[in-house]
Amino acid sequence: MSYIPHTEEDVRLMLETIGADSIEALFDEIPPELKIKELSGIPPALGEMEVARMMHERAARDGRPLNFIGAGAYEHHIPAPVWAITTRGEIYSAYTPYQAEASQGTLQVIYEYQSMMAALTGMEVSNASLYDGASGLAEACLMAVRAHRRSSSSRILIPRTVNPTYRSCVEAIAGTQGLQFVDLPYVRESGRIDLTALDALAGDDVTALVLQQPNFFGQLEDVDALVNWAHERGALVIAVVNPTSLALLKPPGEWGSRGVDIACGEGQPLGVPLSSGGPYFGFLTTRSQHVRQMPGRIVGRTVDLEGRPGFTLTLQAREQHIRRGKATSNICTNQGLLMTAATIYMSLLGPTGLERVAAACMERTGQLVEALTRVPGVRPAFTGARFHEAVLQMDRPVGPVLEGLAARGIVGGLDLSRSHPELGHALLTCATETRTAEDIEHYAASLAEVLRSVQAA
Amino acid sequence: MRQTEPVIFELSRPGRSARSQQPAAAQVNIPESLKRRQPPRLPEVSELQAVRHYTRLSQLNFSIDTNFYPLGSCTMKYNPKVCNSLAMLPEFLARHPLAPESTGQGFLSCMYELQGMLEAVTGMKAVSLTPMAGAQGEFAGVAMIRAYHRARGDLQRDEIIVPEAAHGTNPATATMCGMKVREIPCGEDGDVDVAALEAALGPRTAGIMLTNPSTLGVFERRIRDIAAKVHAAGGLLYYDGANLNAILGKVRPGDMGFDVIHMNLHKTFSTPHGGGGPGSGAVGVSERLRPFLPVPVVGRDGGRYRWLDERDLPQTIGRLSGFMGNAGVLLRAYVYMRILGREGMREVAEYSTLNANYLLARLRAIGYEPAYPGRRASHEFIITLQRQAREQGVTAMDFAKRLLDHGYHAPTTYFPLLVPECLLIEPTETEAREELDGFIAAMASLLEEASREPEKLKGAPWTTPVRRLDDVRAARQLDLTWQASPAA
Amino acid sequence: MSQVPADLRYTRSHEWVRQLPDGSVEVGITDHAQAALGDLVFVEVPEGGRTVGSGDAFAVVESVKAASDVYAPIAGEVISGNDALATRPELINEEPYGQGYIARLRPGSAAEIEGLLDAAQYTAHLASEA
Ligand SMILES: Cc1ncc(COP(=O)(O)O)c(C=O)c1O
Repeated sequence: MSYIPHTEEDVRLMLETIGADSIEALFDEIPPELKIKELSGIPPALGEMEVARMMHERAARDGRPLNFIGAGAYEHHIPAPVWAITTRGEIYSAYTPYQAEASQGTLQVIYEYQSMMAALTGMEVSNASLYDGASGLAEACLMAVRAHRRSSSSRILIPRTVNPTYRSCVEAIAGTQGLQFVDLPYVRESGRIDLTALDALAGDDVTALVLQQPNFFGQLEDVDALVNWAHERGALVIAVVNPTSLALLKPPGEWGSRGVDIACGEGQPLGVPLSSGGPYFGFLTTRSQHVRQMPGRIVGRTVDLEGRPGFTLTLQAREQHIRRGKATSNICTNQGLLMTAATIYMSLLGPTGLERVAAACMERTGQLVEALTRVPGVRPAFTGARFHEAVLQMDRPVGPVLEGLAARGIVGGLDLSRSHPELGHALLTCATETRTAEDIEHYAASLAEVLRSVQAA
Repeated sequence: MRQTEPVIFELSRPGRSARSQQPAAAQVNIPESLKRRQPPRLPEVSELQAVRHYTRLSQLNFSIDTNFYPLGSCTMKYNPKVCNSLAMLPEFLARHPLAPESTGQGFLSCMYELQGMLEAVTGMKAVSLTPMAGAQGEFAGVAMIRAYHRARGDLQRDEIIVPEAAHGTNPATATMCGMKVREIPCGEDGDVDVAALEAALGPRTAGIMLTNPSTLGVFERRIRDIAAKVHAAGGLLYYDGANLNAILGKVRPGDMGFDVIHMNLHKTFSTPHGGGGPGSGAVGVSERLRPFLPVPVVGRDGGRYRWLDERDLPQTIGRLSGFMGNAGVLLRAYVYMRILGREGMREVAEYSTLNANYLLARLRAIGYEPAYPGRRASHEFIITLQRQAREQGVTAMDFAKRLLDHGYHAPTTYFPLLVPECLLIEPTETEAREELDGFIAAMASLLEEASREPEKLKGAPWTTPVRRLDDVRAARQLDLTWQASPAA
Repeated sequence: MSQVPADLRYTRSHEWVRQLPDGSVEVGITDHAQAALGDLVFVEVPEGGRTVGSGDAFAVVESVKAASDVYAPIAGEVISGNDALATRPELINEEPYGQGYIARLRPGSAAEIEGLLDAAQYTAHLASEA
């Protein structure tokens, strides 16, 4: 059942105008041997009613377990206006704003977004979004190599405290251009980058250092010292940050004595639902001096023929539709709709609201750690300051414990045994402002129950 | 309609807020050296102010829901409302990407079936849904081609051939994959210049990237021959699926001889463009590229769905996103494909081609010049305004801007660059004849104006929220973020 | 008609070369090239000290709709790029043969300059391209 408006009369008239006998005749330039007789493998058409019923059933099968995972995607309250406005047809069904006069709404939203992201990260300029946080970091690494002309090694330091999936993604996307990625270890007690390991790198040419704050474990890195170390040896610094945390934590633009060079991250916490992993959006901000090395679209404010202010895409000579093989990136379609949602979210929360969200997340995670570590066999893996995630250690494999929790309607966290086997039986868990004290108690009680039934190691 | 809306920061007042959106205040301890000293400068507005502001901004846009949008290469068809509402069922929205598979069987079943349906319509052997837009699908494809040659120890293959009419993402992608780009010309009739192709093929050829129907709006008739030649030279064929709408249910890229393809689900399968994104660039491959697919992919083990990852596909090109790509977009495409069903797929190709050929015939009859007069239009076609530019001094850009005054979004201009002063027009299958006729009437009045009052075109648009913008100033005096007192 | 000063040398890719009394040269893009590009919005000039081969892309000029490489007409060492272009790219549109020059070079060999087109040859080249 397609959305075709044509009546038989329309088809007849149109074919007559074209001078063709049948619709099939319009495909006469396609070699006949290529045409398929029948399409197999596609089920028959359904009406909206049948599809709706089927999808409701599938959604119901998944249910709504109580969620305690973060690891790069965070459950937050999303104000009702965010998606009510974002899904308006005028936003939802518009194309990329290449025709500026017909797209002032989209363009102004992007300009406001750029302003907000620059403010939040303490940087000077922002692009109009990338696909997501992980691929955005790959773009940031490629950008650093372009921006840092004096560095010849294309060597990027990626600490083991950076989200391991981000690292895989960076290797897949930026590795094809000959970038080298070097590990930095962390301190077992604190879950933070081992500053003493930096000495071993003395003398090596380094293009950029990647710093995630809060890091993958939720711990807070000593960013000032790390940024100064990198800058003293002529390397650039790429910050990977959680936007919610920036309402409380020092923005990357102020780390060390002169701030980082590029800041990027996952924009999902700003009003985007978890939705199985996407669509989210990546943000990327930088210093004015590097603006021409940025990937992705950028909007500028200018004036029209009559001198009135208006908005347009600018610096397009960086992009694939003009620079082709020499573009700063191949990105074309980005994540505009999610960026719009984030802009509305930030307007509704404002500086106070976002700070309260960040503080509530931190507080709840503290309560969660306290509650769960009261359960015998569970203890915190690290000491020191953290934001809204924590690693807990258990006395037995985490996988079966998580399955036991899932059976009780709780998604308890992420098993780190594959990505960080050195931590033993480790669980990364998170509570945001959406988790109540009762939720947390319920998790702790259920965990105790599950541990009683799952074998200790 | 002359509206402007202040920048949201101008509405901001210290101490104002959307109070009901804030959680209760909490006390937290952060080491002094890690604390933010100044709150970020975000707007401070009430909920109504924000709602009104963004609603008004939305009203400054053209969109499919409000305007005919014949934007060539972009397939701006109707985005069914139900695809959105079902992808946004609360359970789907709430699902964490790393939640156990046992709590996601409903979602995963949709993804698994979507992979199967995409294999069926393209004639490919396996599909990965992870690429987040066409360009990332291209990246995945070229990276798989690279991995394939490397796995065979064929290390010298570092050239990707692209026709000069190719979309900019094709050469940009080849570069991102560390490949060298070799451009080849197209012939007078719009087909690839086979002699030039033969000259470009050699032991360094990794592959070729083609769109079919091509970006010139015509079907590449010698595709089987081209495929044979590229394969004989040891290269692989990449299909840019941006124009899949033209052949859906009629012809399959797999049968043409392609080894890898990306689909723009935000074109052919009608997920929204959202003012710039998100999209989805799912990739399909022939048997020989299957081991290299980007992960994760959905698999099925006796009735249960699960993610296949690096352990299942050890030769994978790896991960392209933090999780699994644009899941919500994929759900919309899934719903759309189930509604269309087997019959509906073919109708997409048939009626989009009918609409394009009808528009072409009528525009030609009123005096517009097709770029490839001897060829059948596919689902889109090009007209060239070279004559008007030469004789009346009006450009394709002027025509495009004047169309906005008539309430029609402009066709694609200056792409492909190869055709001077071109408009690439794609009506799509969901437009009714009356809408096409209205567009034709507007195009007729533009031709009139071009000869009688060319200033009407050169000064256009006149009725949009702003007039033509000074993009030279925008690039010279960069104003990219709001400042309390912007530089004059 | 675009200007082609008689005292300069030219390339087929529309660069010009002016020989200065001290043996160094000034290099820029021609009036024809700037007109074809339209209003320039950004110019990337080479850094002093860099050695370039003849035909190397050594600068980039950007308009709103295009970005083009500028090729070194001769081999040599860059003495300095024209830093004024950083804030005023429009100098190339206004005075392509004057304040809008792109860089000063120390030529590798004087003979190479003699091999470039003279004004008459360049004018003929423009006519053949039209
Ligand atoms: C022919 C062609 N190829 C590739 C692309 C790139 O797709 P995307 O914008 O989804 O990255 C497009 C879209 O604009 C296109 O028209």
